[in-house]
Amino acid sequence: MSTFWSTWVVVLTVGNIVACLWLIRWTMKKRSNEAATGDVTGHTWDEDLQEYNNPLPRWWLWLFYLTLAFAVIYLALYPGLGNYQGLFGWSSHGSQYTQEMQAAEAKYGPIYRQYASVSVDDLASKPEYAEARAMGERLFLTYCMQCHGSDARGSSGFPNLADKDWLWGGSADQITASIANGRQAMMPAHGHLDAASIDNLVAYVRSLSDPVTDSAGQSAGRQIFVTAGCVGCHGLDAKGNVLLGAPNLTDNTWLYGGSAATIRETITKGRHGIMPAHQELLGQDKVHLLAAYVASLSR
Amino acid sequence: MQQETYNYRVVRQFAVMTVVWGIVGMLVGVIIAAQLAFPTLTDGISWLSYGRLRPLHTNAVIFAFGGSALFATSYYVVQRTCQARLFGGPLVGFTFWGWQLIIVLAAVTLPLGITSGKEYAELEWPIDILIAVVWVCYAVVFFGTIVKRKVSHIYVANWFYGAFILTVALLHIVNSMVIPVTPTKAYSLYPGAIDAMVQWWYGHNAVGFFLTAGFLGMMYYFVPKQAGRPVYSYRLSVVHFWALISTYMWAGPHHLHYTALPDWAQSVGMLFSLILLAPSWGGMINGIMTLSGAWHKLRTDPILKFLIVSLSFYGMSTFEGPMMSIKTVNALSHYTDWTIGHVHSGALGWVAMVSVGAIYFLLPKLFGRPAMYSTRLVETHFWIATIGVVLYIASMWIAGVMQGLMWRAVNADGTLTYAFIESVERTYPYYYVRLLGGLLFLGGMFLMAFNMVKTMAGAQSADDAIHAPAAH
Repeated sequence: MSTFWSTWVVVLTVGNIVACLWLIRWTMKKRSNEAATGDVTGHTWDEDLQEYNNPLPRWWLWLFYLTLAFAVIYLALYPGLGNYQGLFGWSSHGSQYTQEMQAAEAKYGPIYRQYASVSVDDLASKPEYAEARAMGERLFLTYCMQCHGSDARGSSGFPNLADKDWLWGGSADQITASIANGRQAMMPAHGHLDAASIDNLVAYVRSLSDPVTDSAGQSAGRQIFVTAGCVGCHGLDAKGNVLLGAPNLTDNTWLYGGSAATIRETITKGRHGIMPAHQELLGQDKVHLLAAYVASLSR
Repeated sequence: MQQETYNYRVVRQFAVMTVVWGIVGMLVGVIIAAQLAFPTLTDGISWLSYGRLRPLHTNAVIFAFGGSALFATSYYVVQRTCQARLFGGPLVGFTFWGWQLIIVLAAVTLPLGITSGKEYAELEWPIDILIAVVWVCYAVVFFGTIVKRKVSHIYVANWFYGAFILTVALLHIVNSMVIPVTPTKAYSLYPGAIDAMVQWWYGHNAVGFFLTAGFLGMMYYFVPKQAGRPVYSYRLSVVHFWALISTYMWAGPHHLHYTALPDWAQSVGMLFSLILLAPSWGGMINGIMTLSGAWHKLRTDPILKFLIVSLSFYGMSTFEGPMMSIKTVNALSHYTDWTIGHVHSGALGWVAMVSVGAIYFLLPKLFGRPAMYSTRLVETHFWIATIGVVLYIASMWIAGVMQGLMWRAVNADGTLTYAFIESVERTYPYYYVRLLGGLLFLGGMFLMAFNMVKTMAGAQSADDAIHAPAAH
């Protein structure tokens, strides 16, 4: 902050504390014309409202002085008076956050590092690494369950990680990459297509996984599936593409739901699924254990 | 010559609406407390969802119930202690009908999801403008009456009411500065962390001036009146008035500890919150000590019980508040139900109890009766309300501390011991107790409404003649 605003803060802060002290002293002063202590002041309102001229309670005064003194000492030690940093040189982001992160790294880092050289596949499957998987689960319950659920079975828009169906691939490397770098899935909106085309498209997509659906419009829908560009990501066989996170439309696993209404919404409005990157937040060793835990769920 | 009378009409209007809005606001509170205990209660009905009803609850109890109580008592007190009829002629009626219109607009827009998203300032900009207009008229009426007073000194209650009216105007106008986009949507004029700071400068001073200074004004009239004793110390009232209004202004940043707010602002917010302890307690001491020499009246007078117990809750919550503003305590208490408990120890224990006491004092006088229809019902109301508040705040204290401890618990490998949802599961028993506390408090309000209707039935609402100032 500029010197002007810093000075402004200092003047107001110190001024208010000094004003409190002055107020106490000024009020305590005896006036020559005032009523005797313990007597009423002499003013009357609304027939019988009066005030005693009693002194400030002593214990209360000490309480007031104590809080004022605390404020003065604190302002000397910690940031508060504008740009002045305080004698301790403390700051929440500069010193406290950094120190606490370093302390945590020193304490917890080695616990995670011990598994860094074991492969994700071994950690996920071998009995002797049960503790590593338990740690992975605890990490999952801290960082991942908000979207994927405490049982990792996901919910609408958030994939189930406990089945064998993978949007971005289920190999150790693919899972690690999903966690470390995040994923961005983009299903573009196709609301510009005419209503009949969308009806046909919905019928076609439904028919891929549910052969008993009404067949009207399916072959027309198949045409639009090709011409509107759906094949670009989902493929000619509609089995999807793990490089793009494009889902397989021929199975019964649905990320956003498989009803005609939901499929229509997906086609007309598009979808934009985001898995945030965790490499920077958690570091390599924790990502490694998380990948092992997630892999273990479907193996 | 016909003697000039006090304007009791507007006081009667606001006093009755205090009880009505009290029931409405607390009923909505009970509904959302029930939603937390039984989360699927109103599934699928958007305008009954928790997110829409919660701001309706806070606006209804603070501005409709608390606001009506402040209008009623300030209009009564300023006339009686200035010994002058309310200034402003038609403006007086306008403040009543304008305020009621604002409340109705809030009750319609908030369930529809029309909100600015700022806590305790959710109403959208056209309603904000109406609030500003009504509030300025309120100030004209109040200060106009002060100007034409027949007594030389301004009574202490009016200092507090005056500070409340002026400051709320300032807070409301500054915090509501927006760029309108449509009649139901606008965007704040302030960016990022500054917007948060302005919001909590407003938010905490809404507590400090709307819910504290205004109600201290109420206390300074009704406690000495009902006790029949002089105010304990004039000196104390001078110190705690000026110290209270100057230090409250700084306390807002304690709502933003450990956020993007700069460190210096967090420190200053914490320190002035601590300094606030003594000025706050000054009001409690002055109220409770006014009873010295008349303690026996507490045994038989339920109105006095309401007033004195409200001061005890005031003292408790103004001790708790400064403690919670200390950064290390806040690191535990913030975002937990402890905050909800703290707020209700002030809102139910202090604000509602002192208002209820004052309205019980006023109703017989406004409707030309010697006393309330049933004093025993007032006594019953007092006990039900007190038990309700205690259940409410005790359950939220326990729940809040439990949540805070669960959230910070870590395993040997640094991961969280408890998932968030586990803390929610463990909170259920306390949500049931809180719901019971809220139901009891609401039940008391129904008793009050019954008692009020019976007191009003067939009454001749006579306005008192303005009496001559006492010689001094």
